Amino acid sequence: MLTLDSKIPSGPIKDAWTKHKNDLRLVGPKNRPKYKVIVIGSGLAGASATASMAAMGYQVECFCFQDSPRRAHSIAAQGGINASKNYRNDGDSTWRLFYDTQKGGDYRAREQNVYRLAELSTSIIDQAVAQGVPFAREYGGKLANRSFGGVLVERTFYCRGETGQQLLLGAYSALEEQIAAKQAKMHTRTEMLDLVVVDGKAQGVVVRNLETGEISSHAADAVVLASGGYGNVFYLSTNAKGCNVTANFRAYRRGAGFANPCFTQIHPTSIPASGDYQSKLTLMSESLRNDGRIWVPRDPDEKRTPSDIPEAERYYYLEERYPRFGNLVPRDVAARNAKDVCDNGLGVGPTGYGVYLDFAAAIADKGVDAVKSKYANLFEMYERITDDDPTKTPMRIYPAVHYTMGGLWVDYNLMTNIPGLYSIGESNFADHGANRLGASSLMQCLADGYFIIPVTIGDFLSRHEPGQYSTENEELKQAEAAAKDQINRLLSVNGSRTTQSFHQELGKIMWEHCGISRSEESLKEGLRKIPALREEFWNNLKLPGAANELNQSLEKAGRMVDFFDFGELMCRDALLRDESCGCHLREEHQTPEGEAKRDDNNFSFVSVFEYKGEGKEPELNKEKLSFEALPLADRNYKT
Amino acid sequence: MKIKLHVWRQKSRTDKGSMESYDLDNVLPDMSFLEMMDCLNEKLTADGEIPVAFDHDCREGVCGMCSMVINGEAHGPKAETTTCQLYMRHFADGAEIYIEPWRASAFPVMKDLVVDRSAFDRIIQAGGFISNHSGPKPEPNSIPIDPQVAETSLDAATCIGCGACVAACPNGSAMLFTAAKASHLGLLPQGQTERYSRSQTMVNQMEAEGFGSCRNYAECEAQCPKGISIAFIGQLNSDFLKASLVEPVDRRGKMESQ
Repeated sequence: MLTLDSKIPSGPIKDAWTKHKNDLRLVGPKNRPKYKVIVIGSGLAGASATASMAAMGYQVECFCFQDSPRRAHSIAAQGGINASKNYRNDGDSTWRLFYDTQKGGDYRAREQNVYRLAELSTSIIDQAVAQGVPFAREYGGKLANRSFGGVLVERTFYCRGETGQQLLLGAYSALEEQIAAKQAKMHTRTEMLDLVVVDGKAQGVVVRNLETGEISSHAADAVVLASGGYGNVFYLSTNAKGCNVTANFRAYRRGAGFANPCFTQIHPTSIPASGDYQSKLTLMSESLRNDGRIWVPRDPDEKRTPSDIPEAERYYYLEERYPRFGNLVPRDVAARNAKDVCDNGLGVGPTGYGVYLDFAAAIADKGVDAVKSKYANLFEMYERITDDDPTKTPMRIYPAVHYTMGGLWVDYNLMTNIPGLYSIGESNFADHGANRLGASSLMQCLADGYFIIPVTIGDFLSRHEPGQYSTENEELKQAEAAAKDQINRLLSVNGSRTTQSFHQELGKIMWEHCGISRSEESLKEGLRKIPALREEFWNNLKLPGAANELNQSLEKAGRMVDFFDFGELMCRDALLRDESCGCHLREEHQTPEGEAKRDDNNFSFVSVFEYKGEGKEPELNKEKLSFEALPLADRNYKT
Repeated sequence: MKIKLHVWRQKSRTDKGSMESYDLDNVLPDMSFLEMMDCLNEKLTADGEIPVAFDHDCREGVCGMCSMVINGEAHGPKAETTTCQLYMRHFADGAEIYIEPWRASAFPVMKDLVVDRSAFDRIIQAGGFISNHSGPKPEPNSIPIDPQVAETSLDAATCIGCGACVAACPNGSAMLFTAAKASHLGLLPQGQTERYSRSQTMVNQMEAEGFGSCRNYAECEAQCPKGISIAFIGQLNSDFLKASLVEPVDRRGKMESQ
């Protein structure tokens, strides 16, 4: 049984964070250099945390697997970042951003965390502007805003379609400033393989230098995981190729609780895979559904080009099934229906997994120039990838895995149940509940890194003597030996199948059994298939190269080991959560319109899994959620 | 499609390296260039050979990780396109394709097509930031910024730090990269305080890293996947010149001695 003390401050939610900060213990400026903190990952959360803690005076060492911290996948976020500045005078407030986020998450998040996120949102914009992030401006030179899905105000700040890039470069430059000042140290091309826990406290990590293959350990007073999400368990996702679950999963194996692993956000409009060789998926903005009509041919054997198919032989399935909302049904409903028609053989494109998004009607109505100018960069991106001009032939789209709300369980201080181990950004579970609103992920990463962890970590550190760690202890040596042992095992299988083929097959299992919609039967089947595939992996893996060199095949195989076990954990969580909520749709629990039907009496808790050993079933722990500030309500986007 | 590949193979930093040839059948026009490379690596692995090491990550053209010189051009033949966003339909059936790593003495090859670009990080450390601590900051709308200026600053800030400019330059100069960062910050009001010292420290670091000098070949702009203009180099040169005409001010040294 895990001890899950969420450390939520008592009293009114509006004063909770201020009160909590005032109650936290601090480390004085003279003592901070005596403490060493390790940060894993250099995305928005990791870079901002490293820069902020280093600037305070702590010794911080940051690790990333890329060749530079600037390349972390936060860089690919397009749309924008929310902040309740209320610049538009349209009634926005901290409360409203809190309300929208909690409702979007379908009431499966801890409300005090969500409120704090909304409260900190405005400071993030101030911080980013001070760093030189060139946000879009209006004619008078003031910051511009746009609106985003699921809300009724304009509160999204943006830099064209590259907001994530600019915010990350801001955090990266702050990090580089601290490296120059010798406050922070960066280890690039270095991957975390294990967490070291001594006397119940996180005391360091085991890492592999990806160029030389050298395994080494680093000890510290505290460890912060900012290692991102696990969408790549599906093989195909909008994540970067290197994104993986290893750091988080190894922490779980060392005793950290893993919360809500089954909560995966699936985006309805990405460019479909064009063949088995497909390596990743690219997102197209959902705004396209405002002007596009979604359809598939009625005849599964249809061979004509889309423009030759007469109106009567087209199946506008969203318009027919949901006459009131048509093509603008919520994300998850759009995604499920696309999968449904394709599973019934009506899909289009070379793989049969795609549906048309047709702009012909909008072009006939508004003219080609008007439609083109509205979506210029999206049309250009689509044409670059597919070689089709969306003004001449319908786009093809299909849902794709995009973001994972689950992650390591953390308390209000963002500390896991292992003392000294923190988790920030996408790698924790804290703020998005069962679904994340658009433009909220950047906000969460930066709130965690710039404003929360620099304060809360002091409370932990101040209670411990600095430097009470060693690189010589038994736990560290054992963890190093285990990491080397796994590499040797992988290299000695000498089978005939590559990691990529196993990953693709696991991805298909996850998509089929734990994807857009889940059912008891299919999840149980998934839970049978994964161990069988894992067994084949350990008996039939073909892995070229050696351990002590730059070996990308070995990196992939190592990550694969954890994807298998993690995929199983996801299915288990999805099976135990016998309700629908947010992105998690159990076919047994839906409204007549196909929307998620929550079961608040039995499932308003966070599922926290506890590792029980190799081959043993993990134990489910529950953190009961309370809804005092914002009473439970249906997630209704219709009226 | 059938493709003949000539790929630079080099086991380690110290290995001499050479071009090796591979035939690849069943390449499809809708494959991305890196998916074609994945196919090559799957085939090499199946044949018991060592796959080609190459850097890649987001495969959306924004992380700046991918870095191949394809038929003599950084990121290949298509303008304003990273390697990961290049598709095989841009090559003819039966084409011969030459793939090399970035070539520059400041970017040593680590293995095959993977190079060490840490010099770029050190140029940023030399001044590619606006000094800041995290914490309360002034209300952003209290400093209005002309949207035209913000847009130009963003044009420079859009650099993905891939290093194509260095690979494209006959001199292996990193001026476009350095100028893009210096201009991004130097155009904004927040970046004024350190504008001139930044131009010097970044340029000095660039030279210390062993990058060549800029001679206005403009190959960097032509091969930049983000289309960054060499006009920013002009701005950096101007700032650098102005900075060199006045007595250097060691702000940090003075601050620290207080």
